[in-house]
Amino acid sequence: MTFTAQHLLGIEHLSRDDIVSILDLAEQYVALNRQPHKHVDTLAGMTQINMFFENSTRTQSSFEIAGKRLGADVMNMAMGASSIKKGETLIDTALTLNAMNPDLLVVRHPHSGAVDLLSEKVNCAVLNGGDGRHEHPTQALLDALTIRRAKGRLHRLSVAICGDIAHSRVARSNIFLLNKMESRIRLIAPVTLLPAGIDQFGVEVFDDMAKGLEGVDVVMMLRLQRERMDGAFIPSPREYYHRWGLTAEKLSHAKEDAIVMHPGPMNRGVEIDGDIADDLSRSVIQEQVEMGVAVRMAAMELLVKARREAQRDVGVIV
Amino acid sequence: MTTILTNARLIDPETATEFYGSVVIQDDIISQIIADGDTLPKGDEIIDCNGKYLAPGIIDIGVKVCEPGERHKESFRTAGEAAAAGGVTTMVVRPDTEPAVDSPETLQFALRRALDVSLVNVLPMAALTKDRAGREMAEIGFLLDAGAVAFTDCDAVNRDNKIFGRCLSYANAMGALVIGHAQEPVMSDGACATSGPFASKLGLPAVSTMAERIQLERDMALVEMTGARYHVDQLSSAVSLPVLERAKAAGLRVTAGVSIHHLTLNELDIDGYRTFFKVKPPLRSETDRLAMAEAVASGLIDVICSMHTPQDEESKRLPFEEAASGAVGLETLLPAVLSLVHAGHMELPVLWQALSLNPAKLLGLDAGRLAVGAPADLVLFDMHKPFVMDRFKLRSRCKNTPFDERRMQGAVLRTFVGGAEVYSVP
Repeated sequence: MTFTAQHLLGIEHLSRDDIVSILDLAEQYVALNRQPHKHVDTLAGMTQINMFFENSTRTQSSFEIAGKRLGADVMNMAMGASSIKKGETLIDTALTLNAMNPDLLVVRHPHSGAVDLLSEKVNCAVLNGGDGRHEHPTQALLDALTIRRAKGRLHRLSVAICGDIAHSRVARSNIFLLNKMESRIRLIAPVTLLPAGIDQFGVEVFDDMAKGLEGVDVVMMLRLQRERMDGAFIPSPREYYHRWGLTAEKLSHAKEDAIVMHPGPMNRGVEIDGDIADDLSRSVIQEQVEMGVAVRMAAMELLVKARREAQRDVGVIV
Repeated sequence: MTTILTNARLIDPETATEFYGSVVIQDDIISQIIADGDTLPKGDEIIDCNGKYLAPGIIDIGVKVCEPGERHKESFRTAGEAAAAGGVTTMVVRPDTEPAVDSPETLQFALRRALDVSLVNVLPMAALTKDRAGREMAEIGFLLDAGAVAFTDCDAVNRDNKIFGRCLSYANAMGALVIGHAQEPVMSDGACATSGPFASKLGLPAVSTMAERIQLERDMALVEMTGARYHVDQLSSAVSLPVLERAKAAGLRVTAGVSIHHLTLNELDIDGYRTFFKVKPPLRSETDRLAMAEAVASGLIDVICSMHTPQDEESKRLPFEEAASGAVGLETLLPAVLSLVHAGHMELPVLWQALSLNPAKLLGLDAGRLAVGAPADLVLFDMHKPFVMDRFKLRSRCKNTPFDERRMQGAVLRTFVGGAEVYSVP
């Protein structure tokens, strides 16, 4: 099985083998990342540009560390402050950066599909760092790696994803990935935070946490944006916490060894009880962050190699 | 000057029939219609139609010509050329220009430009309220005198029921036709797709088709209250149809249109975030599309229009949510709509009621008919000619068609406006 994707725009377009390739390689980087010397030369001499059109601390620093550990020259562009404000279009910004011959572009954008559009206009590998409500593929991959390490497999697990599914690209990417790996997915959320037609995504939908969590192996909590109170999605944080916040009592319905995940940043006391988040016998939230660096290293390496192969096939000298 | 078009397959929407025969044009009027076998009079010019279809020219309600304000997108000249090549002999143009056509002066400007350079007839619509802002009524009386054929704020839906109700009352007293846009604006705000599993997968902000029904229900209530004559520019959803049916059954003076895009495309076409498929209202499900085609066939929906909306390349080369809405349609309307006949949804004469006869009735025009004494606005077309759509060959200044690279069937051979040939296939 060879990894041939030219970009990482979403989980939807990856095969099961692609996913396994990334996770297997990431395992090696987990080991590397735990050494005092964390540096390899896989991307030595290459340039990686992180373009974040939306604020991000965690994802951007994770991609930055991943690139640096692989030996790439990494540049961060805070796009909010830059040319977009001057009226430059996304495509022009992309073409400008492309002219500087980067090898990897990591892009986050507030609009769904924006990263797909950008990838058509550049001749380097593009990684989606999250686009609108569409996809956040590296988050789903790091979640998968975390689950696989905790449970030993990704198939025939029962995974609950709880909270603001409607506005979540993390949820969409995870649904695609877990479906491809043949796990069972349960979505638990107030009806106002579920996207239309979600029942056709190969998932079971629950309103009630106790019923939804019954016997699951993995509990994935999602962040609830404070702004959601505005559009009458939910009445108040305290009612939300009462019904859908993860507490010890609700978690008791899951399997005894069920793990608790959260993509961060967390709202303690809104979607998750602080004690559960900190309980290292259940919570793998810190490990998710660690896996994030490894998965991103693996994805970038595989993309660069696949691109080199593709260019060799068409006779381009690299 | 007498021109005779012989050996044609004639489409008569009034009697809903088609038959072989000839049409005699005396100057700018249809002077005789002769069934096959009868003797022909003498003519100055005789054109053999080789058994191809000859029908009244299309009357397209809701064409956006970007004059005044954005002539770089479309002028009366380029729109006229596109219309002629598409078999559209009358463009009923929208007032959502820059500035809006909301005064007799701007209306006269547009009309003069149209008279100077357009190959086909142009009838202007005017804004219902000043600057389409929904606050102050436009000078409906003066605008009628200046030649406005209908009043519409286009997609700027009036949220104030009191003001919209007064506008309907006043327009009614003047005998004016009001054209509405039935999309509830708060629900529709920011949406660029129809809510459902597909929009959810793409992660696009979406709106339920109920937004259309809600607004249509409101408009029907105000029409009932005021007795006004009302046409809804484009319906797109199955849930709206019972509302329309009830209103018509109750005797309200209501008619409805549908755009070619909602008749021939569905929401799946936006896959890959293709912005040329971004239209307003957004493309609907296949079930909705089929319901629209059925409603045209049954006569519940009266009018098919192109909703010709030029957008330049830059405004479409953006992420889907940011990109401009709309598609050009003057040249693609006929081949696209013929797909409904090819697919067996309806016969040509019924289709032509929605393309020429009903729009003419709605606006009180003599055109749109294959009848002695009617203006000689005609289109000769080949029903079956296959071709692959190439957007760069369009005559419109903007090339934003969703039908690019699509295999289509049917081509315009000649177009006549007032007896004069304005287009013949190269």
